[in-house]
Amino acid sequence: MAVIAGSRPGPASVASGLAGAIAGAARILQRNLLVYRRTWRGSLFGSFLTPLLYLTAMGIGLSQLMARGGSDLLGGVPYLDFLGPGILASSCMQTASFESTYPIMGKISWRKNYEAILATPIEVHHLLVGELSWIAFRLTTMATVFMIVLTLFGIPRSPLALLAIPAAVLTGLAFSAPIIAFAATRHNDSGFAALFRFIINPLFLFSGTFFPVSQLPDAVEWVAAATPLYHGVVLVRGSVLDKMPSTWPLHVAYLVAFIAVTGYIAYRLLRRRLVK
Amino acid sequence: MPPTDEILVHARGLTKRFDEFTAVNAVDFDVRTAEAFGFLGPNGAGKTSTMRMIACSSPVTEGELTVIGMDPRTQAAQIKARLGVVPQADNLDAELTVEENLLMYARYFDIPMSVARPRAAELLEFMQLTERAGDQVEPLSGGMKRRLTIARALINDPELIILDEPTTGLDPQARHLLWERLYRLKQRGATLIITTHYMDEAEQLCDRLVVMDKAAIVAAGTPRELIEKYATKEVLELRIPDAVRGSLDGRFNGRLDGLAERVEELPDRFLLYADDGEKALEGVHGREIPIDSALVRRATLEDVFLRLTGRSLVE
Repeated sequence: MAVIAGSRPGPASVASGLAGAIAGAARILQRNLLVYRRTWRGSLFGSFLTPLLYLTAMGIGLSQLMARGGSDLLGGVPYLDFLGPGILASSCMQTASFESTYPIMGKISWRKNYEAILATPIEVHHLLVGELSWIAFRLTTMATVFMIVLTLFGIPRSPLALLAIPAAVLTGLAFSAPIIAFAATRHNDSGFAALFRFIINPLFLFSGTFFPVSQLPDAVEWVAAATPLYHGVVLVRGSVLDKMPSTWPLHVAYLVAFIAVTGYIAYRLLRRRLVK
Repeated sequence: MPPTDEILVHARGLTKRFDEFTAVNAVDFDVRTAEAFGFLGPNGAGKTSTMRMIACSSPVTEGELTVIGMDPRTQAAQIKARLGVVPQADNLDAELTVEENLLMYARYFDIPMSVARPRAAELLEFMQLTERAGDQVEPLSGGMKRRLTIARALINDPELIILDEPTTGLDPQARHLLWERLYRLKQRGATLIITTHYMDEAEQLCDRLVVMDKAAIVAAGTPRELIEKYATKEVLELRIPDAVRGSLDGRFNGRLDGLAERVEELPDRFLLYADDGEKALEGVHGREIPIDSALVRRATLEDVFLRLTGRSLVE
């Protein structure tokens, strides 16, 4: 007489709840770090080169054309000092955006890493939190190198400038979460070029990196103020120049809420894509 | 280790629907511990969807399913911890080396590195990949990638190994090496579930199998039982000159009557089912039926499939 196998204690432990969620996400982070071990030199060099080039070309070249000693519009700081933190925030946006497009798409459909990983006890929310943790790690290293370059240019006003690092990471994550959600709906990479051309690059130009948004027509100013980059730039610049506006909690709250909401959407869309 | 009476996977009325499309329609089957169980059928028959439900990768739409005594709806992670899954298309991590693929996969199962390292070395040895341990995955041959995918599926020492078309796309040598390795796994007491559309693979590997067609199971049994039940001992394959062929109906206008139990007409040949193929061939010669060539062979699962569905397995 055949009997159906009963539930037996397993050889591998499966942690549940919060501890399990953290452990699962940590595995995804660990996997990306394993890959990063081979590429970190080039990656860090890039993080070093980007601010150096911008600050040299635009800061030194362009600021010669502007009133020395800063202008009232720039909040009374030299253009180089205005520009540096802006570039930090927008570089984090660009790196976070890139890391959330092609690499995620690749893991969903080209190389099917997620399919392989989901055959193990790892679940979709582990994937998402793990990838966001990885991007946060990348942004932290990048922002740290960036701060060193800013310091070489003598831009930070006080040790408070270190707060620009978490602010820049938060800015980047506010792009990663919605873009992972977008990537989860795509079946090829054609949408990504459009994303960079029509969203990321215009934001880079108009969200307060190069000039204060108050220079923009009112309607455009409101659009700019609704984007995460604007809030990120305010926080990063406020930290670096020690001119944090009293409204900073609102900017932080905006970014955190934006990440939470779009992160949840990303989870739902990834789940729909990966679990059929 | 011979198959036991214990049922490791139990399905009743198991159904998978995608919107309006029914991929698996109320199938019943039991897989016993330590047996190799096959799902045979053409592409699109519902084999992969069934596999994915067993592997807890795809939610069950309807019906009953128990895997290793647990319910995939509520205990997916616990079940997955004890499964090895070899998907149809290799999904190795191209950014990691051969060995790292195994070590990282072990970490997904929360297996400590101190356990994973010796196990990975052992599996690389078993799958003849030791020399490639430090290499990237991409330059490996198809057969090596397949072996690495199987090694990866074994990293958690699974009780149940699910293989979806394990040898599709491999050359004959690579297939035979894989079959031999899978056989050894079975000898060690692992339970295997294999999908395939190659009947030789099913005959080689499977203790019992089900034939699937159009989302349903159309027959079940051991390869021998199925052949005995749905085919004759032997088959006479006839190729007929095109000029003659056009004027013949399915039974050669009655000229084959009494020579074969059954006749199947394929695009390029006729199959005559008879327990004695040579005798049937003599009869064909005796009746002066013009033929290009004739071949007598043993009946296979392909014939079973043809009988059940009227179609060839590999189209």
